[in-house]
Amino acid sequence: MLSKSQAKVFFLGGTIVTFAIFLGLSWNALSNEVPKRTHEENLSPQVVRGKVLWEKNNCMGCHSILGEGAYYAPEMTKVYERRGAGFMTAVLTSKVPWQPRGRKMVAYGFSKEDADDLIAFFKWIGETDLNGFPPKPTYKK
Amino acid sequence: MDWRNRPQWISSKTNIQKITYPYLKIIYMKYKSQKVAYWFFAFSMLLLLLQITYGFIMGFAHMGYDGLHSVIPFNTARAVHTNLLVVWILSGFMGAAYYIIPEEAETELVNVKLAYIQLITLALVGVTAVVGYHFNYWEGRKFLEIPRPLDWLVVANVLTFLGIILATLYKGKKRTTTAMVLTMGLVFAALLYLPGMIWFDNQTMDSFFRWWVVHLWVEGVWELIMGGILAFLLIKITGVDREVIEKWLYVIVGLTFISGILGTGHHYYYIGVGKIWLIVGGIFSALEPLAFLGMALFAIAMYRKGEKKHPNKIALSWTLGTAIVSFVGAGLLGLAHTLPQVNMYTHGTLVTAMHGHLAFWGAYGMIVFSIISYTMPNLTGRKLFDSTTGLLAFWLSNIGMLGMTVAFGVAGVAQVYLERIVGIEFGEVQKEIQVHFFILVICATMFTTGVSLFIYEFIKFGRPSDEAIIATQKV
Repeated sequence: MLSKSQAKVFFLGGTIVTFAIFLGLSWNALSNEVPKRTHEENLSPQVVRGKVLWEKNNCMGCHSILGEGAYYAPEMTKVYERRGAGFMTAVLTSKVPWQPRGRKMVAYGFSKEDADDLIAFFKWIGETDLNGFPPKPTYKK
Repeated sequence: MDWRNRPQWISSKTNIQKITYPYLKIIYMKYKSQKVAYWFFAFSMLLLLLQITYGFIMGFAHMGYDGLHSVIPFNTARAVHTNLLVVWILSGFMGAAYYIIPEEAETELVNVKLAYIQLITLALVGVTAVVGYHFNYWEGRKFLEIPRPLDWLVVANVLTFLGIILATLYKGKKRTTTAMVLTMGLVFAALLYLPGMIWFDNQTMDSFFRWWVVHLWVEGVWELIMGGILAFLLIKITGVDREVIEKWLYVIVGLTFISGILGTGHHYYYIGVGKIWLIVGGIFSALEPLAFLGMALFAIAMYRKGEKKHPNKIALSWTLGTAIVSFVGAGLLGLAHTLPQVNMYTHGTLVTAMHGHLAFWGAYGMIVFSIISYTMPNLTGRKLFDSTTGLLAFWLSNIGMLGMTVAFGVAGVAQVYLERIVGIEFGEVQKEIQVHFFILVICATMFTTGVSLFIYEFIKFGRPSDEAIIATQKV
């Protein structure tokens, strides 16, 4: 029968081994995978300014990006491909709440420059290799 | 006034219990400093009520009733809702530690005044953050919205808390496994907050490290804290030998880390890292339910093995309840959408909200309710052990939360099918699933009634009293 000290070894040993593997995989992901898959060479100051705006206004509080965030408003990872720059500029610079089908978005009324920064951020993230996410709908032609 | 003159003490029921449960003397508060726990629990309950209020705002918004949009837009309600969740659970954990550590280490807390200051500063930081969210003062990163300057205050606060706990353990006569596991969980929770404070230009890197905080908290070190509290409660309630309980505690927290650390990979499937995470995350996160299954079997087995039948039926219900509901909510519902092939479709939909609600409630909400239910009679000396209100609170809140989970689940599955399989546009789909939020709000009302009854009982207990200790010595 398992003794308390054996159980302790299982806990400590298991933790140390799995944590070491996790650190190794993380190192590999961050140093080899992320730069290539996210096209880090395209991470311009404008894209970074867009990310700052994305966070400063807690867009993730309604939308999701990379599938993460809230589920009140659309997924934004492929928004550039889906909507295009013109549509996005109109939404971002609107002084009145944008409300498709009655669901309101905060009227941020961004300047054209800020809107361009956000669009650059969405364009950059839309080009990231996400292992096939979001999936293409099966029945949509 | 002499303690014997207090009406709560001189009932005939008291005498009966003394005869029926001769070990009863061990259940009262042993150290005066344990009283600090009460205030952390009270703060916790207050925040929970606020969290629920903001949850209703979001539920109604999903139904199409967003009348508060200009004052409290959805992203504000959402940030307040999730942050209050984190803070009320943490406050509950801190209260639990302030109660458990003196009893396990057999000594008073080293600095009670500092513990009260720590609570006040925690409340101040929390209030500032929540008010700030209404004025666009935040960092838009899910669960980690607290702005950077306030982050540093959180760090200082948590360090103070850990300082008190560690110094008490150091000074104490004993260092039990239960106390060590609980403390280890609290220390790691503090350390893991730090990666979330690093700025990254790259959204993928940002997300990668955000999960070091969020995932390794809720599917890692928080389970240690939960395990520690659960072990303490089982030792007290079932009377099973400490050595047996603590042995299985090691096994459970071992399973937690073995599956949970590499299980972080299920958050890395689709964020811009390699395919290796699909395999690693898939395998290890599929093993995560084992820790929760272990927890459920552990609690039930210890209850059946225990020869003593503790009079605190309410605490027993919550203790067994947390072990079982966490297995269903965190374990089974997590497993339901953790495999990469499934998660490809459910990732970023209401299916996640389904799992999240029952998981947080079962594992962490209910463990805080368990420790509160166990400690309140001991802190106040009032033996509300099996009141109808208390049992009603247990059943209403749990049935309500199960109903909410089902509503989220149906809405989520419908969303996945219509949006991700059929390809209907997001807004159209949201219109189609509005009706499920009507059911959600009804179930949430039942849940809120249960929680309110629990808080009503909490208030009925009154304030903690030194007389409870005197009673211990005289029984």
